[in-house]
Amino acid sequence: MRDQMNNAVKLFALGAAAVLAAVAAGRGHDELYSFHMIVFAAAAIIMFIRYLTGAAKPAVPEGEFDASLIKAGVVMTTIWGVVGFLVGVIVALQLAFPEFNPIPPWTGFGRLRPLHTSAVIFAFGGTALITTSFYVVQRTCRAALISNEAGWFVFLGYQLVILLAATGYVLGGTQGREYAEPVWYVDLWLTIVWVVYLLVFMGTIMKRKEPHIYVANWFYLAFIITIAMLHVVNNLAVPASIFSSESYSLFAGVQDALTQWWYGHNAVGFFLTAGFLGMMYYFIPKQAERPVYSYRLSIVHFWSLIFLYIWAGPHHLHYTALPDWAQTLGMVFSVMLWMPSWGGMINGLMTLSGAWDKLRTDPIIRMMVAAVAFYGMSTFEGPLMSIKAVNSLSHYTDWTIGHVHSGALGWVGMITFGAVYYLTPILWGRSRLYSLKLVNTHFWLATLGIVLYAASMWVSGIMQGLMWRETNELGFLVNSFAETVDAMHPFYIIRALGGVLYLAGGIVMAFNVFQTIRGRLREEGGSAPAPAGTVAAE
Amino acid sequence: MTTYDAMRQFADSWGLLGMTIFFLIVVARVLFRPGAREEAQDAANIVMRDDPPDVFRDEREG
Repeated sequence: MRDQMNNAVKLFALGAAAVLAAVAAGRGHDELYSFHMIVFAAAAIIMFIRYLTGAAKPAVPEGEFDASLIKAGVVMTTIWGVVGFLVGVIVALQLAFPEFNPIPPWTGFGRLRPLHTSAVIFAFGGTALITTSFYVVQRTCRAALISNEAGWFVFLGYQLVILLAATGYVLGGTQGREYAEPVWYVDLWLTIVWVVYLLVFMGTIMKRKEPHIYVANWFYLAFIITIAMLHVVNNLAVPASIFSSESYSLFAGVQDALTQWWYGHNAVGFFLTAGFLGMMYYFIPKQAERPVYSYRLSIVHFWSLIFLYIWAGPHHLHYTALPDWAQTLGMVFSVMLWMPSWGGMINGLMTLSGAWDKLRTDPIIRMMVAAVAFYGMSTFEGPLMSIKAVNSLSHYTDWTIGHVHSGALGWVGMITFGAVYYLTPILWGRSRLYSLKLVNTHFWLATLGIVLYAASMWVSGIMQGLMWRETNELGFLVNSFAETVDAMHPFYIIRALGGVLYLAGGIVMAFNVFQTIRGRLREEGGSAPAPAGTVAAE
Repeated sequence: MTTYDAMRQFADSWGLLGMTIFFLIVVARVLFRPGAREEAQDAANIVMRDDPPDVFRDEREG
């Protein structure tokens, strides 16, 4: 009886949402708005039908682990990874060869660039974080999600955010805020999804059967809470009309700039760092089959990161109208971040102490260790670049792009690949991956790709910075802007080549994961060990 | 005094001091609380104790 009531309420809510969205689509002031409202209506109708026919009923009863949710997340992470890398290669080629801007405006660089950044950060990274956080919290709390249905709502709702954002960029809809481009109603929808995410995650922690909250969950929780705060404040805006995709930010001038970079840098700190550290503190011990090197160091790592990161944002606004003291504050806190970052890196690496031979025998561990090494390198480079004197050379140049990619491709990408390789055989009940040799191939393609990318951008960026500031004996600037672009051309080609290698690695991973799901096992000689956690089943 | 000046003054005096002290207390508790070492060792082993949940195990054997 109660179930039927519940179902009736959901059907009513979905039906009402579909009708309202359809009405809004008809009254829309611009095409983007109308199109997005049709997408909303379609999503509501699909869910309405699924609830009506009973197809939306979760695979397992509430209170038990729902493996299908994690499986769906692993598949979507893999797909979004390949898509995001592909768009990255396309924009890299557009920069190297302007002929690669076919049928503008939809596929011009200006619209594909946010498509690339959002696809890799929010689609690939975000789906990976939601998926692994749901898996890790259930395993380390020894409790199922408080609601599998709510878990599915978070997962599917987030995929809808990705769909709306991606189509919005191509159709020309943007708020003009970097890494927060989606228009206002997408922001509101993400807020709803995120609040449910927080409730599901916190609720699961609260009804845990394990007395202690494992450190990975601390990092995941910090990521969820902080992103909620950043997202809401940064996107405070007044829509031009409730039927329009246009909106106006609540902030102006230097306040607006600081709000954006308070958001932007802490998205790096809490989305791309804290969230993926949660991944590191679970999946590296699991794959290495030994507990983390120092648990107390991991707690100190956590609190130092939380206390320091939030102040580092102003280093994006050196030599601007931002007050000098705020710029210096941003720089000082960035430099202090060296310590927790390297403490965390050492903790991750030393987890392998006594088992260094795994680096030779287990390509998945090798991938995870490479990720931690890149975490260390990019968190060394970042504070260096935040120092004002260095920043005066590096800012607005390709050096920044290189830095971001050593962190994104090296740290975020590699640790996620490691987690996907760890999870796939366990979730689908296979004794091991389809092929460990292909993991090795992926490792080298990705590593070489990053090396080409980062090295070419260092040379290109520093050259660009030096050419911009070069003056002759009379004090006149020597180089025109076009001359710097011409000089950078070879490095743009090398960068695109690095991207192609990284994309090829992603495709190899997708193939390997797909074959594992199909239940294939490639005959491979040698002494490759079975992945951790599956030994007993063999 | 404007709101900006008041908040800025608070931020680099009492605000900063309060947060630093809170941070130092947290770190001291992690490192020097009696029994912290044993507790940490136990917590570190949480990941080692979690066998695959039943739903995964059934599928693998089936």
